[in-house]
Amino acid sequence: MILAEITDTGLAALTYGIGALGPGIGIGYLVGQAVQAMARQPEAAGMVRTTMFLGIAFVEALALIGFVVFFLGQA
Amino acid sequence: MIPVAAPAGEAPEYELVGDLLRKALPVAPVAVAVAAIFAGLDGALSAGVGVALVAGNLLLAAASLVWAGRISLGLLMGVALGGYAVRIGLLFLIVLLLQDLDWIHLPSLGLTLVITHLGLLFWELRYVSASLAHPGLKPTTAPATFASKERAQ
Repeated sequence: MILAEITDTGLAALTYGIGALGPGIGIGYLVGQAVQAMARQPEAAGMVRTTMFLGIAFVEALALIGFVVFFLGQA
Repeated sequence: MIPVAAPAGEAPEYELVGDLLRKALPVAPVAVAVAAIFAGLDGALSAGVGVALVAGNLLLAAASLVWAGRISLGLLMGVALGGYAVRIGLLFLIVLLLQDLDWIHLPSLGLTLVITHLGLLFWELRYVSASLAHPGLKPTTAPATFASKERAQ
C-alpha cells in the first residue's frame, strides 16, 4: 500500500523549503550577533554593518540556490 | 548609555550596494553574451532579467536595513529577518509569473541569478577585506593632498 508519493514538483518544493530553512537560521544568528556587537561598541557600527550586510548577502545566496533548483526541478 | 539606533548619517549598506551596482555594469553584458551563446536570444533576455533581479534584490536589502537601522537596533533585527522572507518571496513570485512567458529560458535565468549574486559578492569581498584590514587603502571622495596628509598626522 502506498501511503505517500513524492512527485517531481513535491521534491522540488521540498528542496526549496530545506534551502530556505538554513539561511533563515543563519541570518537570524548573524544579525543577532551584529546587533549585540553594535550595542557593545557603537563606534564600530559602520564596520559591523558592512560585514553584516555582506554576510546576509552571502547567506542569501544559499536560499537563491535552493530557489533555482526548485524551478529547474520543475522544468 | 546603551545605543538604541545605529549612528545617524551612516549608511555603509548604500556604499556597498553602490559599489556592487557599479561592478554589475560591466558584468551584465558578459552574462548576457554568455547566455546568448548557449541559449540564443531567449537566454540573453533571461540573463538580463536575472542581473536586474540581483541588483533589485541587493538594493531593496540595503534600503530596508538603512531605514531600520536609523530607527532602532531591534527593528534592524526584525527587518533583516522579515526582509529576507519578503525578498525571497518576491523573487519567487516574479520568477513564477515569468516562467510561463515564451522568451524566458529558466536555466539561463537561474544560473545568472546565482552566479551574478555570488560573483559580485566575492568581487566586493576582496575590496572590503582589504580596506578593513588596511583602512588606508580605502579610497576617499577627494584625492588626498599634502596638506590633508599633514593634518592627519
